[in-house]
Amino acid sequence: MLTDNAAPAQSARCELTVVQALREALREEMRRDELVFVLGEDIRIGGSFLFTLGLVEEFGLERVLNTPISEAGFVGLAIGAAIQGLRPIIDFQYGDFIFTAFDQIIQQCAKLRYMSGGQISIPLVFQLPTGASGRGAQHANSVESVFYGIPGLKIVTPATPYDAKGLFKSAVRDNNPVLFCVHKHLYGSKGRKLAESSISRGHVPADEYLIPLGKADIKKPGSDITLVANGLMLHLSLNVAEALEGEGLSVEVVDPRCLAPFDTQLVIDSVVKTSRLVIVEEGSEQGGWGAQLAADIAGQAIGYLDAPILRVATPNTPIPFSPVLENAVIPDEARIRKTILELMEM
Amino acid sequence: MQSLSIQLPQVPDIASLDAYDADLLRDLYRRMVLIRQFELKVNDLFLQGIMPGTIHLSLGQEASVVGACLALEADDVITLTHRGHGQALAKGVSAAALMAELFGKETGCCRGRGGSLHVGDMAVGALPAIAIVGASSPIAAGMAFAFKRQATGQVALNFFGEGAANKGDWHEALNLAAVWKLPVIFLCENNLYGVSTHITEVMAIEFVAERASAYGMPGSTIYGNDPIIVYEAVKTAVERARAGGGPTLIECLTYRRGGHKRDDPGTYRPQEEMEAWFKTDPLPAFRARLLADARISLCEIEALEASVATTIDAAVNFALDSDAPAIESALEHIYAD
Repeated sequence: MLTDNAAPAQSARCELTVVQALREALREEMRRDELVFVLGEDIRIGGSFLFTLGLVEEFGLERVLNTPISEAGFVGLAIGAAIQGLRPIIDFQYGDFIFTAFDQIIQQCAKLRYMSGGQISIPLVFQLPTGASGRGAQHANSVESVFYGIPGLKIVTPATPYDAKGLFKSAVRDNNPVLFCVHKHLYGSKGRKLAESSISRGHVPADEYLIPLGKADIKKPGSDITLVANGLMLHLSLNVAEALEGEGLSVEVVDPRCLAPFDTQLVIDSVVKTSRLVIVEEGSEQGGWGAQLAADIAGQAIGYLDAPILRVATPNTPIPFSPVLENAVIPDEARIRKTILELMEM
Repeated sequence: MQSLSIQLPQVPDIASLDAYDADLLRDLYRRMVLIRQFELKVNDLFLQGIMPGTIHLSLGQEASVVGACLALEADDVITLTHRGHGQALAKGVSAAALMAELFGKETGCCRGRGGSLHVGDMAVGALPAIAIVGASSPIAAGMAFAFKRQATGQVALNFFGEGAANKGDWHEALNLAAVWKLPVIFLCENNLYGVSTHITEVMAIEFVAERASAYGMPGSTIYGNDPIIVYEAVKTAVERARAGGGPTLIECLTYRRGGHKRDDPGTYRPQEEMEAWFKTDPLPAFRARLLADARISLCEIEALEASVATTIDAAVNFALDSDAPAIESALEHIYAD
């Protein structure tokens, strides 16, 4: 039997990892609503990132369904079940496997409501481990970037245990398809690398709370420059910002938390204050959400900017396996720091 | 299966209608006539250049869709294909709302957002059509999953063409439905052609239904141009599904009277094949059977046909008189509240 990182004692409830927080959210939502069920590959033993660990014992195989390796089939099945009133959650082993279900998501899931003139709704959550983690090109996609811009989908990219829980509960209660994209280095399941930052583990209240989709969050206030980053990049950026604070530079770190809907207003408010903007994302620079944000800020707030908008992202390439090369293409703390300092010189 | 051939139609010996309720027979015929007249009218409107978009007519395939839908209850659901007008009318979508949809009007069954390729009405159990070949099969299985989970007793029926049986989504759906014993009927309208490509060019076996056994479900190939034969086969599958027996695959051999879509004359089909199949046109054949039944008179049949013509005329007038959607409404329904 797989085990998780030290499970928190209920009395102490000090610090949870993202996967522990997500599992709490899932449990609470399944207890609250009989219509919620979860399906995916190998989830009987917890799934790839232990999101569903121990769930069969409480909810049974009726509500925790082990599927064949059949992504298009079970995504389509979940769509049909959602149309008829159930609230499925699909636990993807790796978010990268979602592409075999591309048609089901883009052509069916995202459009059926619109094409039907609003006759149906599809409350369906996709739990998707994303990003590069030393596994080569086919297990390294920034899935959120691929689906970014598809109307009808919501996209959430939580980075902290607190956000993960509150956002997940909102995603389950949302009446739309939600891609819930968590970087593979953020779950904190046993045997997997956990990104280290001041917020990669955190306090999660025992009392129920929800975080609405589409609200960004300032993870570190600052006055000299605005940095927008999500997922794993948020942690790297925060480490850099905390180091720079000691050197006398005040970086405001904004976590969009959701890519769709995107809280552009909060970024504008921050830029009005700092007059400088750098955007950090792990996905390809070409066509990423950062490109859209740069265009929006240029269009709506260019008068407040004292310098060009700079972006840190992965070049337009498949992700190489060699750790040396992977580290070279994926943004790291050194690149983020260098870009911030460059921008301050402009 | 041995009694049928994929090449030319073989009309089986058809049993007497005595065992069937006269109202059911009338309903079968009325819906077939409704589809035939609706599609002929749509074709006219296209040729006149009045109707926008594209169309894939169901002419010739009326018996399969009507026989299948009348074997369902009102609260059972169907999924439709790109050739969906007949499926929609068979399940009970109103001719007026369907016609208005084809014109892109606000009064259409999908408020004009769907068009010919996406017709349907959830109020009568017709999920607005999925035009991507094979993609509806897992969704139908999913609706059946919800029915089973909630023990509602409903079933889902998935319409698809023989072309879909070569798609991955279709195979995945059949496997999942069989493994989880879902109350779903996979109903193939095998009209022998995927656009211009004959089934024998793309399948090394003769019949789609042969694939059923590979997934562990019953499968049968039937003559699809007689509504009673289809009705009986679907009825059996529905009873099995409601009783918890799981899915069934039914393959109806039928034939398009025209091409794949409006700009396709269908001339890639051999003359001998077309002539043979056109002789099996389900409408005159079933009309003749009804007239041979003492309970239904010629006068009654003619009145029924005339009343359908009135319905179609009214549908066209309704569609033409209806307003287009308001421009400001273009961005409605992208997200649910």
